[in-house]
Amino acid sequence: MIKLVNVNKYFGKQHVLKDVNLEVAEGEKLVIIGPSGSGKSTTVRCMNFLEEPTSGQVFIDGKELTAANKVKLIRETTSMVFQSFNLYPHMTVLKNLTLAPVKLHHKPKKEAEELAYHYLDVVGLKEKANVYPTTLSGGQQQRIAIARALCSQTKIILFDEPTSALDPETIQEVLDVMVKLAKEHITMVVVTHEMGFARQVADRVVFMADGQILETGTPEHFFTDPENERVKQFLGKIIR
Amino acid sequence: MSGIFSARGWDKIWTYRGTFLLGLWNTVETAFAALLLALLLGVVFGLMATSGKKALVRISRIYVELIQNTPLLLQMCFLYYALAFSGHSLGIILTGILALGVYTGAYMAEVIRAGIESVPKGQFEAAQSQGFGYLGRMYYIILPQSFKVILPPMVNTIVNMIKNTSCLYIVGGADLLSLTYSFVTGENTGGSYAPAYIVCGTIFFLMCFPLSTLATMWEAALKKRERKAVTLKEA
Repeated sequence: MIKLVNVNKYFGKQHVLKDVNLEVAEGEKLVIIGPSGSGKSTTVRCMNFLEEPTSGQVFIDGKELTAANKVKLIRETTSMVFQSFNLYPHMTVLKNLTLAPVKLHHKPKKEAEELAYHYLDVVGLKEKANVYPTTLSGGQQQRIAIARALCSQTKIILFDEPTSALDPETIQEVLDVMVKLAKEHITMVVVTHEMGFARQVADRVVFMADGQILETGTPEHFFTDPENERVKQFLGKIIR
Repeated sequence: MSGIFSARGWDKIWTYRGTFLLGLWNTVETAFAALLLALLLGVVFGLMATSGKKALVRISRIYVELIQNTPLLLQMCFLYYALAFSGHSLGIILTGILALGVYTGAYMAEVIRAGIESVPKGQFEAAQSQGFGYLGRMYYIILPQSFKVILPPMVNTIVNMIKNTSCLYIVGGADLLSLTYSFVTGENTGGSYAPAYIVCGTIFFLMCFPLSTLATMWEAALKKRERKAVTLKEA
């Protein structure tokens, strides 16, 4: 579904991704963990060309992603959930959810609204359809953002640290929604520090440090018997 | 000499009120046409400045810096006399519209650039991640949000432009200030300096004051709404 081939990324002189190769199968739940500055976010951002790789190739659904086809290919295949939600503050929740379906996927307004209400129900916020996002708590905004991603009905949803900007007490409500999603046949790539979540839903966990993938395996393998010294160190610090 | 209190001076102005009305009309006409040009240039160069494409950013920068760092009077003289003496006279009205439009456009471009840059980067990214192309992104998501930041300084720029029509005097324009000047120095009409300038100033004030007040009110309303959003969130 997603394939990164020898992806390198420089920010100026800084080499943030070093020959990253990664393949994500259709319907797979992939969790990327690692210390901050390890290139996890840049890796998922390369998957929808929010960052264009300096060299290397990205394939989505068998097609190579290029600067020329990115708008259309991304529109049809992927959605993203951000650390800082990035809901459109000048639109109601309902407008946030129906904008892309109506303007990009050419759905009739009524159908788009039905879809929006359906996914608002999935994230448990049906009653918030007509409020503005800034009046909602962080956890609620992120659940709306997930509903917005779902409204595009793409096969892939990328999550870039979806709970890192949240209060500890609202993290769980967002994770619960994501666990629910993980039961669907959506390809999910999740950058997170939530090890409990990784353990619960990941088909595969990828550990990154210094712009490289150091270890890949099932959560079982990761949390019981990691091989790499760096991974052991990291997990030792983070797991309570 | 006829001072402020000379009834004859005021009388004369009433008799020649057509001159002032003509000046007002010419000023409004020039300002309006120049505004359309300025908005067009402002949008184009403002978008170029925020495009992230190096060449476009640079071109926009050169335009803005060149215009903002030379006097409008000079630009007007250049456009009028330099062209006139090389045999391509544009005429006074067209010169006025072009010079004012290009000059104000540079300020508009900066206003629009600042407005677009006030929108958080995450908004651009969210739109892009949904598959909006450049135009859709700007139209549905970025410009509606930058509008409130753009409006107050844009109105101020328009007010300045209305006042700047008086620079047309240097090329022999028929704007409000130029006609006022001709009036007070005219053979038959001359002399009523104080009343004439007061009338001229009053007309400018009546045009500009409502606009600046509107800008101030917009700004206040905007701040109030932002405060409200913050308190709502905290509650």
